[in-house]
Amino acid sequence: MFHKTHWLAAVVASFTAVSAPMAQAETPADTLIMAWSIDDVISLDPAELFEFTAGEIAGNSYETLIGYDPMNVSDISGKVAESWEVSEDGKTLTFKIKEGRSFASGNPITAADAVYSLTRAVKMDMSPAFILTQFGFTADNVDEKIRQTGEYTFEFEMDQAYAPTLVLYCLTANVASVVDMKLVQEHEVDGDFGYNWLKTGYAGSGPFSIREWRANEVVVMERNPNYSGDAPAMARVIYRHIPEPATQRILLEQSDIDIARDLGPDEITAMSSNPDLVIEDGVKGSIYYMGLNQKNEFLSKPQVAEAMKWLVDYETIADTLMKGRVTVHQAFLPKGFLGAYEENPYSLNVEKAKELLAEAGLPDGFTVTMDTRNTAEITSLAEAIQGTMAQAGIKLELIPGDGGQTLTKYRARTHDIYIGQWGPDYQDPHTNADTFARNPDNSDSPASKPLAWRNAWDIPEMTAKADAAVLEADADKRAEMYVELQKEHQAVSPFVIMFQEIEVMAHRKNVNGFVIGPSFSDNSYAAVTKD
Amino acid sequence: MAGASKTGGRNRALPFAWKAVKLIASVALTFLGLLFVTFLIGRVVPVDPVLSVVGDRASQAVYDRVYIELGLDKPLIQQFWIYLQKVFTGDFGSSFLTKRPILDDIIRVFPATLELATFGVILGTILGVPLGVLAAVKQGRLADQVVRVIGLIGYSAPIFWLGLLGLLIFYAKLGWVAGPGRIDISFEYDITPTTGLLLLDSAMQGKWAAFRNIFSHIILPASLLGYFSMAYISRMTRSFMLNELAQEYVIAARVKGVPEWRIIWVHALRNAAVPLVTVIALSYAGLLEGSVLTETVFAWPGLGQYLTNSLQNADMNAVLGGTLVIGVVFVGLNLLSDLLYTLLDPRVRRRG
Repeated sequence: MFHKTHWLAAVVASFTAVSAPMAQAETPADTLIMAWSIDDVISLDPAELFEFTAGEIAGNSYETLIGYDPMNVSDISGKVAESWEVSEDGKTLTFKIKEGRSFASGNPITAADAVYSLTRAVKMDMSPAFILTQFGFTADNVDEKIRQTGEYTFEFEMDQAYAPTLVLYCLTANVASVVDMKLVQEHEVDGDFGYNWLKTGYAGSGPFSIREWRANEVVVMERNPNYSGDAPAMARVIYRHIPEPATQRILLEQSDIDIARDLGPDEITAMSSNPDLVIEDGVKGSIYYMGLNQKNEFLSKPQVAEAMKWLVDYETIADTLMKGRVTVHQAFLPKGFLGAYEENPYSLNVEKAKELLAEAGLPDGFTVTMDTRNTAEITSLAEAIQGTMAQAGIKLELIPGDGGQTLTKYRARTHDIYIGQWGPDYQDPHTNADTFARNPDNSDSPASKPLAWRNAWDIPEMTAKADAAVLEADADKRAEMYVELQKEHQAVSPFVIMFQEIEVMAHRKNVNGFVIGPSFSDNSYAAVTKD
Repeated sequence: MAGASKTGGRNRALPFAWKAVKLIASVALTFLGLLFVTFLIGRVVPVDPVLSVVGDRASQAVYDRVYIELGLDKPLIQQFWIYLQKVFTGDFGSSFLTKRPILDDIIRVFPATLELATFGVILGTILGVPLGVLAAVKQGRLADQVVRVIGLIGYSAPIFWLGLLGLLIFYAKLGWVAGPGRIDISFEYDITPTTGLLLLDSAMQGKWAAFRNIFSHIILPASLLGYFSMAYISRMTRSFMLNELAQEYVIAARVKGVPEWRIIWVHALRNAAVPLVTVIALSYAGLLEGSVLTETVFAWPGLGQYLTNSLQNADMNAVLGGTLVIGVVFVGLNLLSDLLYTLLDPRVRRRG
């Protein structure tokens, strides 16, 4: 006889074996545990890292030469540097380093470390190196141009008299982190500047040190006992790689983690009613836009570009589809930047768009493709735009692809329309002017490929204006120049700039003091406490 | 893939050495073909691997340097040849992304998948075989229908959804099991990963608290994978058993008065076990490929997650290395099931 009760009993027994009541897991009182998708980390070396997650990790473990108040970006102050002076001709800055401070290793921080860090980044010439090399440094000349003049002083000589604000903001970027020269040199192999070691190692002086990074799994930070500022309350901060927002939500509700960093609209809605959780947000510098390739016969007509700006339902998308994660913004400088232009003249106006299309000789509209990254967010945004464009007869065909695919096509200028995000590289307005409003060489193989080039938008006059703005020493005047530039850009450019990103996170009620800054490097947990 | 093809013909007994040579040659050719196809696919994928390395903001000079570093300036066939030469010396190259040797990367992620898949296939077998037998014995009756429905859900329910549902019920609501991940942070540094199979490591080091924690992490994803392989195994068991129960020797045994349970569990199942071994091996290989969705839902740092990430970034060395590992596993399990087949089935043995 076959007894089914046997195997039923076996199944039940196997479950009860592990169902011995597990204590409700609370995270340890001195440990902060975050869930985030951290698969974008490819290096923790400040001279190479250039991604959101790695930027935040470096921001909490390294100190840059210069810093600013994340709540008031125009308030610039020294971090490793104590003070600076600009020379008569405006080409040389002389920095003085704060004395009596040390790295996590215990080695003292001197001007030699600062000079080494900057020259190392220039010579290694990794992705973020351009933030420094744009001042005229090359691997060959940097040793003469950035030179130590005393134990705590060094000079920084540029090829032109750039606006001091531009230089200082560039020195707040991760690439200007001061690394522990002695420690890095101990790990140097065949003149690699310790690169292979620092990729996963740590040689900084920030509030936390990096104990371990296991790709796509975990990053463990530990309190740095030699930090010169106030000691953090958290002894350990852990990033767990949890790629799925729904999974993050469950973990947070179970208090297995303290903070969930990736939240979709569903999670935000569901969590906002939970009394044990707090949702916080902060405006980030990332901008959502569409780029219209001027190689396309339809898109190159100025009336068409303008018509498209009247065919996006900005308000509705920001209030429903991307609720809580974007704010309407239509100029190339994000809010919070020097000279940001905050007027949003465009709204959904199908009639006006139709008039413009008729003017362009396309009264019945036309068909065009749009490369759409296959993330839930970008796809739903693209579909909403597809709907409103159709009302004026523009047939938008979406071509889905993953990030690598769409970007590859975009950089080869073989798209019609590209929809995506652009985040600033450093906190100065030039970072976005450089890409949205400059195109020094529109040929097929230029030295750099700014967004204006990718959309084949040839703009010698605007390029000259953007170039003039980086040499304006007076900050107020300079801000004005950028406002003018953005007004013109908003009216005539083949960019439909739509939204600015808001970073959202949810944390347990007992967690306080996480600072959400304007860039990911400014996100700080040095002041986090737990009740 | 090398299938476990059976030639039913009456071929002359070949000398053993010759057979071995043939086998090795076919396996080698299989791998060569596998590598070449993967390599080609990787090159026609419209993703620029240089961008994955340098990012979107790098200057053209940096881009050009990395392009040459990755050997992308050479003709395709030459790139493949260089790759093959390296593979022969055991060098699978480095990942573009992690800059670490591929073998190190795979050795790091594979144990997680191995542990999960092994657990899953064991569960699938101990549940699937009895259920399949039950369905065959009660053919057309209620029990058969129930088993069929259970199997159907396993076949058609999206694993992603089932995984989240499982987390919601057993972890969030009931608190019976631990959540996503392999181990709680508090136990993370208690054990030294020697084999990388955390259950084994913790047991060998006598860390029973950690062992319990690891077990409560793995039980849910393993049950989920077990359920899926059970659906397949029970269906196949049912059809093999029906086939056996209709054979003459079963009728003869009944006439002889052999008890029914003995006929089913001893005589029929033993004969059905032969093709079942192949089914279980294939099911195991499927799980070992790293079930991408399960690993995503449960934040399981295994081969599935690694390969997905590598593919999305056109990290060719990693994709090729990972594919090769899967190929080795697949071919290895196939050979193993062939071998077991030979051992278990007297008819095959006589032919060989």
